[in-house]
Amino acid sequence: MSTVANKIQDVFNEPGCDINQGKSQKERKKGCSKALQPGGAAGGCAFDGAKIALQPITDVAHLVHGPIACEGNSWDNRHSSSSGSKLYRMSFTTDMSEQDVIFGGEKRLWKSIKEIVEKYAPPAVFVYQTCVPAMIGDDIDAVCRKASEKFGTPCIPVQAPGFVGSKSLGNKLGGEALLDHVIGTQEPDYTTPYDINIIGEYNLVGELWQVKPLLDELGIRILASISGDAKYHEVARSHRAKAAMMVCSRAMINVARKMEERYGIPFFEGSFYGIGDMSDTLRQMAALLVKQGAPDDILARTEAVIEREEKKAWASIATFRERLLGKRVLLITGGVKSWSMVAALQEGGMEIAGTSVKKSTKEDKEKIKEIMGQDAHMIEDMKPREMYAMLKEAKADIMLSGGRSQFVALKAKMPWLDINQERHYAYAGYVGMVELVRQIDKALSNPVWQQVRSPAPWDEVSWEARADEANAAEAAALAANAEAKAKAERAKILCNCNGVETGFVEDIIRANKLTRAEDVAAYVKIGTGCKSCAPHLDALLERVNGTEIVPANSNKAA
Amino acid sequence: MARVELSKKACSVNPLKMSQPIGGALAFLGLNKCMPLLHGSQGCTSFGLVLFVRHFREAIPMQTTAMSEVSTVLGGFENVEQAIVTIATRTKPEVIGICSTGVTEVKGDDVDGFLKLVRQNHPELDHVKLVYVSTPDFEGALEDGWRKAVTRMVEELVDAPPPGSAREANRVNILPGSHLTPGDLDELRDICEAFGLETTFLPDLSGSLDGHMPEEFSPTTIGGASVSDIAGMGRAAFTIAIGEQMRDAAVALEAKTGVPFRVFDRLTGLAPNDALMALLMKISGRPAPNKIRRQRSQLLDAMLDGHFSFGGKTVAVGAEPDLLFSITSFLTEMGATIGAAVTSTQSPILHKVPAEDVLVGDLEDFEHRAKGMDLLVTHSHGRQASERLHIPLFRYGLPTFDRLGAAHRVSVGYRGTRSLIFDIGNVFMSEIHEATPDIWADNLASRGEGSHDDTPTAAH
Repeated sequence: MSTVANKIQDVFNEPGCDINQGKSQKERKKGCSKALQPGGAAGGCAFDGAKIALQPITDVAHLVHGPIACEGNSWDNRHSSSSGSKLYRMSFTTDMSEQDVIFGGEKRLWKSIKEIVEKYAPPAVFVYQTCVPAMIGDDIDAVCRKASEKFGTPCIPVQAPGFVGSKSLGNKLGGEALLDHVIGTQEPDYTTPYDINIIGEYNLVGELWQVKPLLDELGIRILASISGDAKYHEVARSHRAKAAMMVCSRAMINVARKMEERYGIPFFEGSFYGIGDMSDTLRQMAALLVKQGAPDDILARTEAVIEREEKKAWASIATFRERLLGKRVLLITGGVKSWSMVAALQEGGMEIAGTSVKKSTKEDKEKIKEIMGQDAHMIEDMKPREMYAMLKEAKADIMLSGGRSQFVALKAKMPWLDINQERHYAYAGYVGMVELVRQIDKALSNPVWQQVRSPAPWDEVSWEARADEANAAEAAALAANAEAKAKAERAKILCNCNGVETGFVEDIIRANKLTRAEDVAAYVKIGTGCKSCAPHLDALLERVNGTEIVPANSNKAA
Repeated sequence: MARVELSKKACSVNPLKMSQPIGGALAFLGLNKCMPLLHGSQGCTSFGLVLFVRHFREAIPMQTTAMSEVSTVLGGFENVEQAIVTIATRTKPEVIGICSTGVTEVKGDDVDGFLKLVRQNHPELDHVKLVYVSTPDFEGALEDGWRKAVTRMVEELVDAPPPGSAREANRVNILPGSHLTPGDLDELRDICEAFGLETTFLPDLSGSLDGHMPEEFSPTTIGGASVSDIAGMGRAAFTIAIGEQMRDAAVALEAKTGVPFRVFDRLTGLAPNDALMALLMKISGRPAPNKIRRQRSQLLDAMLDGHFSFGGKTVAVGAEPDLLFSITSFLTEMGATIGAAVTSTQSPILHKVPAEDVLVGDLEDFEHRAKGMDLLVTHSHGRQASERLHIPLFRYGLPTFDRLGAAHRVSVGYRGTRSLIFDIGNVFMSEIHEATPDIWADNLASRGEGSHDDTPTAAH
């Protein structure tokens, strides 16, 4: 386990991450993963993250070493597309039994690799470690090393058992496996001055193919996509690229940064979502290639393509813009595209009602703030019922989110569109943006909304009206009863991560005459997770003390 | 009848099986105001949750104790305690159903002991029922997790009736297996009500995961068997268990309350439903209502109309034991032959499956054995095999994530059996190809390579 622990420390130390630069040595060691709240957590584990990052490599066998849960409950559930091999969609797992737990699972793992190589002859086998074999001490590194020699097929250990952390940590650990065992192990047949890597794009529903034709037209060659629609040998040869683009926020920043360090491949951070972002991305790509020695005529050609494509896209969107202008969108998504999606929607003439940044890094949040301006209404850790209330009050006309929260919107009889992993439509590039707007329009204009909102023949009033009445009655009762109001106020959760109620904190502040947020933390576990409660705590301190106070963490923030 | 084989492969390819803990969690989803809680790392919950969301197309309440590497090694008491407190304060459930996972079982967490401590530390949570079931990932399958969880619910939540207390003559308990859909439960309720009987289902997915529009949003389950309904199960006149997997729970219920039971190993097909109606007539003391008589007559007609399509067909089936037994028996009774039967876990019912042998294996085994057959029957993960083999797939069982209405497919009762004849019969009929001049020549040349579409006659 020590190697995994070191690896995690290494990932936490990521110098490419600006938040890290603002941290002390001690803080850095604690890592960047937010503490998970038992009973109040949602989302995937590190193994999930590693699998998301690597499974788009299409021609290799992805073998999950663990009991049935890790693979049996989750396989073939993403729409990452392939232009060739379909092997990545097959599921391989050691399906560990009780016997394996007692006697060790290494033998079964070895035999499994052997069976896969004999039956499917893949160019490589990726072996994913999970919690149970990690606990009993199965050494998958050693098994992979021996198997690689014996079977003449590279076996890549991916050290990301679920319990080491979150999905985003898993993305990075998946990237580490590529850096340690794949990248740089083969040489390309030839190189061109226009060779780039695209890092952190998973080709979900074929989004990479919405962009690739433009790159082809410009003569830019994708030497390797890491990892959407990738073939093993492409990733193995990716160290010869001239430049790289890092997609998807910071999911694989470690890969981009270490490839720069090891092979001198400079990278830029770009997005394929939204017209403006797409154009910027093409510009940056061309400029970086020129800087790396490519002939500079590509700059003018790029501008020509941008002008043509933007014109085309705007013309297509204009047909919808009128209908969508002023529509309010509630955006609930992870770090993946929070900020890139915001720009895209605004181009469609829509307004953002709020956005969840739960999974995002601080940079993501900053970007949303920047894009959305002062009006940004950040909703952190929104509870399903708050989401429901918000939609019901019609502050939003449509909700865009991942599959899991869709039912909150649908039960509130609100239009909804899937923008996460499980979605079925591609939204990248210029054509993708037009598609997104078309889908939003399709969702909003569907006649079903009006029908489902009509009351049943036996109801004198609609259920919405009744719900509003109930809400109003509750609010009135609270207003009339000062005691109940105070009680409700005190019962409000202040810190969601630790489930701490406002009243509890208030008592502590009064009893100990506290004035600063840091001091409160010494008495009660609060603000240790996502820190979204900081402004509420400040407000509480101010209310209790009746004075201005120093905001929490103001001296620490980078 | 059937010989049960175990796969000898080290590597499971394209699993048919899903894990025990999510089977347990699914059972808890059939309780009202319940929050299922998996004691494991957060991925254990998130994978199961996504699976159920895709199948039921509903919001699924499910929580995790979010075990980290360190808490796993040191023991998970704090996480269990904190999770229970957080869930109780935040979502206010009546029941929290706790399932262990692979990680916490390997560590050997004594969750029963943990719960005693939680009770001591938190008297304020006395009103919340806690039901714990041990479901390690490394043994059994979803069906086993369901079986164990329901048995634990009976042990923890049913009140033993005071001695000498009277039974309610018109009340029946129904213990449905994990292979029944919410639609199946609705059908069974209708049938019982037609005999004037009132029912208590444990668990009751027809209340919680039947896709209704709730009046208010709740972070726990909405609908399903309530704690007070379950407590009163000891007053019923009779218990009907469906699927061999429910025998344990039925036995436990009888042991605790003395309610007699009968296990129906299936309720798809004519004969088992005749047996059910005979039993309901006996319990209720009423003759079969006209509605039921009409349904039986319609089923007979459907069987006669459908047998042309089923006769002579060879079918490969991959399903959990009780579902496998149910659907293979039905197909055989309609004239088809089971060419391959693959299942996920051991069960006494497997010997009764009408096939030469039943393999406890995966969908790779299924795919190999299904070559040349007329139809594949398994869950949605059979879609890749169907593409590769060019054999139509009838999606049956959980997960069905690429078709609508999985929760409402009905295949129990006379009416359910009838609709199953239509649904599968239509797949066969859509595979009938128009005759071409050389089709018989081709067929003759390829004879011996396995069966082909044997009805190249003009479509009717």
